Amino acid sequence: MRQSFFPVLTVVAVIVALWYAACVPMNGQWARDQAQRAGVELSFGELVADTLSQQRPRLPAPHQVAVELWNSTIVEEATGRRGLWNTGSLSNRSLIYHGWITLSATLLGFAIGTGLGIVLAIGIVHNRAMDQSVMPWAIASQTIPILAIAPMIIVVMNAIGITGLIPKAIISAYLSFFPVVVGMVKGLRAPDGMQLDLLKTYNATRAETFAKLRWPSSMPYLFASLKVGIAAAIVGAIVAELPTGAVAGLGARLLSGSYYGQTIQIWSALFAAAILAASLVALIGLAQRITLGRMGMDR
Amino acid sequence: MKDTQPSSAPVIEARDLNLTFETADGPIHALRDVNLTVGRGDFVSFIGPSGCGKTTFLRVIADLEQPSSGEIEVNGMTPDAARRARAYGYVFQAAGLYPWRTIAGNVKLPLEIMGYSRAEQEKRVAQVLELVELSGFEKKFPWQLSGGMQQRASIARALAFDAELLLMDEPFGALDEIVRDRLNEELLRLWARTQKTICFVTHSIPEAVYLSTRIVVMSPRPGRITDVIESPLPRERPLDIRDTPEFIEVAHRVREGLREGHGDD
Repeated sequence: MRQSFFPVLTVVAVIVALWYAACVPMNGQWARDQAQRAGVELSFGELVADTLSQQRPRLPAPHQVAVELWNSTIVEEATGRRGLWNTGSLSNRSLIYHGWITLSATLLGFAIGTGLGIVLAIGIVHNRAMDQSVMPWAIASQTIPILAIAPMIIVVMNAIGITGLIPKAIISAYLSFFPVVVGMVKGLRAPDGMQLDLLKTYNATRAETFAKLRWPSSMPYLFASLKVGIAAAIVGAIVAELPTGAVAGLGARLLSGSYYGQTIQIWSALFAAAILAASLVALIGLAQRITLGRMGMDR
Repeated sequence: MKDTQPSSAPVIEARDLNLTFETADGPIHALRDVNLTVGRGDFVSFIGPSGCGKTTFLRVIADLEQPSSGEIEVNGMTPDAARRARAYGYVFQAAGLYPWRTIAGNVKLPLEIMGYSRAEQEKRVAQVLELVELSGFEKKFPWQLSGGMQQRASIARALAFDAELLLMDEPFGALDEIVRDRLNEELLRLWARTQKTICFVTHSIPEAVYLSTRIVVMSPRPGRITDVIESPLPRERPLDIRDTPEFIEVAHRVREGLREGHGDD
């Protein structure tokens, strides 16, 4: 952890520097046009200062995104008229509120997807017919663009009276079950012939073989899949918010930001999504360390 | 229990046993016309070059392979029935301990599957770990142990449920010679204490001669028995018995048998 601190910091610093540098040419045209209209001449210093502080820049500067992130989370909830402090409930203008909407759909979808993925993997490993029939369908399901299928799911679910959280969770699950199936099939098949022969000499049943050998062997694979799965789940939840004109969620913030040309809002919603995803992956990493540590497999 | 002759009730009896594997390159005769009787309390070694069917024969006894023809009885039953009755313990070439279980947990594995009570499990684990001189390592994980210690733990695992018959497939093949000598000595002591019947596959002539009451020499293509040697050595065997004329004599005969079987290559 400590060894990687400085390399990581260096990379972040380089990215931020490049980002600032890109802001000047990206936003420079607008600044020059404005100056020309006002009949004034901009010095280079003034140009740079202007490109880093526009209301609706093409590319917002890092500090603008950071300030927006801060304002639309902590400040909004602490001081906003509709904030947590004044009303006792989350403000619909804060990213905490929208993040939570997306997070709840993500978590539900992730749970459904993981459960489905594990059940399918167990079926594939233990049943010949499933082994030959399920995988092609699972792969085919992932070749369909999610953007194409998401509105269909929303519309169909809406027609049978299911709206809100569930359709978003299903789209989330649709993306997140796949890495779990692939990883768990591999994991449940990880024990070699010798280990299976050993259990055969004990006359162990299939259930015992599963519980004592296959399941524990698959744990490292499970956690690797879960990390991919949770990231896919959050993408699914955000995508599910786009085509429906949803009014809440990080996807809705991205959409309304793009309607009104609020680039700073878009970027801060993007960063909120990235921070959310990174935190979830880190949480799974923690669960992995604890679980494998207790199993003595964390060398 | 006092002689090396097969006693009245054989533990293993094979008659005209054949096993052919069908492969893309045509049939492979892994075993041809194998006849062998193993008596109670025997220590029988199977020796021969790779491909001679020694491991295959052990796997047939364990019901891990099915013979193509011929008959085999283990404890008077078919191998399948013997396996279901948990008549034997099998030690593989690799220790194959579960990395997520401690040493005690690994030894407990067969006991859990066979439905022993908690108290009985604890008792037996302590007993067999003492037998293989691993007391005090109960809570260690496999990776914390040397290769030789891991293999001893896997022997303890095979001993834990009181099977009369111990099948060992090159259990010390992956270990260096110094460790192997020690484990050979320990295995003889263990055999004397537990009075089990042991079938032991090896490709080391000194190991086979040092351990066995009978040595079965096999040769490949097709896999068959070319010689069965009754060892004249006493059951009590210190390591330096390997320098006696009797030992050298037996080793010589084994080597001759191996050379004959190999004839054309």
